[in-house]
Amino acid sequence: MNTLIVIVVALVFLSFFYQLGLTRSKSIQSASGRRLHSRPGHYGMMVVLWCLIPAVVVYVAWMIVEPMIATSIVNSFIPPDVAADSGEVIRSTQRIESLVSGFGVAGEVQPYERAAAEQLSTFNTIARLALVVMVAAAGVAGALFARSRISPTMRARNEVEGFIKIVLIACSVIAILTTVGIVLSMLGEALRFFTYINPIDFFFGTTWNPRFSTTGSSNQGEFGLLPLLWGTIMITVIAMLVAVPIGLMSAVYLSEYAGPKLRFFAKPILEVLAGIPTIVYGFFALVAVGPFFSGIGEMIGFDIQATSAVTAGVVMGIMIIPFVSSLSDDIISQVPKAMHDGSLGLGATKSETIRKVILPAALPGIVGAFLLAVSRAIGETMIVVLAAGNSPVLTANPFDAVSTVTVTIVNQLTGDVDFASPQSLVAFALGLTLFVITLGLNVVALHIVRKYREQYE
Amino acid sequence: MAVSDTASSSSRKPIAEVVAGTLGRRKRAEVRFRAIGLGALILGIAFVGILFASILSKGLPAFWQATVNLEVYFDPEIIDVPEKPVQQADQSPAEFLQELQGWQRKLAFVNWNQIIQASLADVVPAAADNARDAIGMVASGERIRLRDMVMNDPSLIGQRREVALTAAANVDVWLKGNIDRSLPQASQQLSQLQQQWSDELYDRGVITMDFAWFIFTNTDSRSSPATAGLAGAFVGSFMMMLIVMFLAVPVGVMAAVYLEEFAPKNRWTDLVEVNINNLAAVPSIVFGLLGASIFINYLGLPLSAPLVGGLVLSLMALPTVIIAARASLRAVPPSIRQAALGVGASPMQAMFHHTLPVAVPGMLTGAIISIAQALGETAPLLLIGMNAFVASVPSSPMDQSSALPVQIYLWQGNELRNFFEARTSAAIIVLLALMICLNALAIYLRHRFERRW
Repeated sequence: MNTLIVIVVALVFLSFFYQLGLTRSKSIQSASGRRLHSRPGHYGMMVVLWCLIPAVVVYVAWMIVEPMIATSIVNSFIPPDVAADSGEVIRSTQRIESLVSGFGVAGEVQPYERAAAEQLSTFNTIARLALVVMVAAAGVAGALFARSRISPTMRARNEVEGFIKIVLIACSVIAILTTVGIVLSMLGEALRFFTYINPIDFFFGTTWNPRFSTTGSSNQGEFGLLPLLWGTIMITVIAMLVAVPIGLMSAVYLSEYAGPKLRFFAKPILEVLAGIPTIVYGFFALVAVGPFFSGIGEMIGFDIQATSAVTAGVVMGIMIIPFVSSLSDDIISQVPKAMHDGSLGLGATKSETIRKVILPAALPGIVGAFLLAVSRAIGETMIVVLAAGNSPVLTANPFDAVSTVTVTIVNQLTGDVDFASPQSLVAFALGLTLFVITLGLNVVALHIVRKYREQYE
Repeated sequence: MAVSDTASSSSRKPIAEVVAGTLGRRKRAEVRFRAIGLGALILGIAFVGILFASILSKGLPAFWQATVNLEVYFDPEIIDVPEKPVQQADQSPAEFLQELQGWQRKLAFVNWNQIIQASLADVVPAAADNARDAIGMVASGERIRLRDMVMNDPSLIGQRREVALTAAANVDVWLKGNIDRSLPQASQQLSQLQQQWSDELYDRGVITMDFAWFIFTNTDSRSSPATAGLAGAFVGSFMMMLIVMFLAVPVGVMAAVYLEEFAPKNRWTDLVEVNINNLAAVPSIVFGLLGASIFINYLGLPLSAPLVGGLVLSLMALPTVIIAARASLRAVPPSIRQAALGVGASPMQAMFHHTLPVAVPGMLTGAIISIAQALGETAPLLLIGMNAFVASVPSSPMDQSSALPVQIYLWQGNELRNFFEARTSAAIIVLLALMICLNALAIYLRHRFERRW
């Protein structure tokens, strides 16, 4: 049966039960002459819920039990010589299933297959009927029970609202579950990784060389975190060197000097930078910025690689500009007008007011904003995957290719690797490190931003 | 008197002088500071301009593709296949399928290259003797198109048809001038004959630059780069967008309703709030790790499926949706709520009948923006295997699929650089156009329904 038809039928039934509760409550109201506790609609909803919940419970339970029964039926028909080979069992189960579906199979049909198929198709028919009957019975019984409970003193609204509240709570718990899921999944896999590799070698190792060793070989390669961390830091510093001056100065200009017209146009244009997917920045870095830098390098006779820390850092800096500027803008506008006016009244010029009064007053908030930007730069992936050059070595030269934590996560998990080998498990250890670093930065930054905002309120 | 006069004037004068003396310097500093600010702003805006200009200039030409317009003769001597099988009354569907597949296989073994070569020989006679050069003129995927034409309509055999065949990628690049024509012959990808034919046919109007609609209707292709399109990635992205829309948005809104209106203010809900703020700032790749470990490794959901991608993106979009929804709930004036409570509504009724409807436009804008963000996200999708090569349009969320940003990632790494650089930019243009549409919708909704209290 089509899923859509099932849904429509279910909706028709539910609306019928809604009407049942509605008319029942209205007739009770007119018969007893007393005011009901809740609106008639609440009684309708209550009947629907009492119908829906038992039906869903029965359905889910049956969905778990039914495949088990079906498998045991098929297995009972499979002769022992076939059952010895697990691959053969799967194949013959599939053949039986396609016989049941009426599609038929190519080639000779074995007698046991035919018998199993017949048995299975009888079972399927019965099972389908049983499912419909049981679900309907559970739903109808629930609805009738609810209908019998309707009386003027019955608190239907509280029941319905209690249910809605449970749904609401469940929705807000999902956010917590996500965090728990992130931590648990990464922690579990990372701990498995640390059974292969000593954590000290991982956190303080200076060589990154995850050889794709053959299984069983004792040589697992070297997993030193430091070169990756160093690459991440280098790119982040370059990005901040680009984003902070440009972002901060344009925020200052927009909030202090620019007229309303310029503000109206310039601000959304800057914010366009924040909406562009990072893969687009990566491509831009690869085809435009990288060649540009290496061209400059050729001109001045200095070797600059097209994919290098500088290329990735500069493009990432461009990406972060609107982030820095809008956060700084927020914080600058939080500084009380009185401080600003007082400074101007004493005869300071505008720039002196900004440099000596507003920026120092806004400094903690701005630092918080920078930390948020740093955590974004550390976690950024696609730009560095495309433009950093992926060379995990400790180098002090920003014009060399480097690798970062995020690039390595992508590299370790996108190849054809065994999920249980240290080569792919290391991605989770790296992910956990990344998560902890950015979490720390975020907590500090959010704390600073929040605390600072409260100061002037 | 005079003493004090001179003293006061002598003490006052230097200050005024000092001020006047520094005034020039201070004014210059002011001008300098202001110029730096303006410079930073202009630089930021210039980056937007450069980015868009470089993408557009590279990508727009890729929407026009060299096409060879030939009259194809479906020669029955070359297409030597029996009648298309028809299902017999006593045949089971499985048997018929087997027979049909046998027929299709015979059709696939037909030498379609010979048909293309013969059609090309009609316009350039030299093509008859140079099979390799002749076949290389047309994208290799076009053989399959000819086969499909016959498969769908066997009566074509023996007829002549005007067919617009997509030219090979190298021909396209050659005609667009993206190859340095002065390179020595040994390092050219196009043979001398093909170069000559390309130029000649282009002048004669047999090869034309047509708008490449197939970019939107074809799927990715490895063997025939010229006919590679975005359809599969487009559908995959669309499915994921639907999943985010139907999962993240309602769940996020309901969570926001609970946290903003019903949750008691205690340690537990404070923890939830801090947690949501942090979750919004967690790097996207971490969500990919979550998906790889829980959805794929633990729950055993299929790799590369839009369903898994949609789930991961939903979890990623959820905190943003919650934060936006809470902000717009908070913006509703308390008087509305109090009035509803005052006339006897329960808190739940006040919420769903009065506060929520007022807050919906704001929530919608936030939801659209977070969907747009999810649409452009790449990194988590790489970890759940969506960077696999998929040559079909997914028909359900459980099928293998690609996504627009991942397709961009795959194409930029293609070895046929000077062709795919343009094709990648074209895909980026499509993605950016989608993002701009979504953001414009959000801005429109904000202006349309914005209410100031």
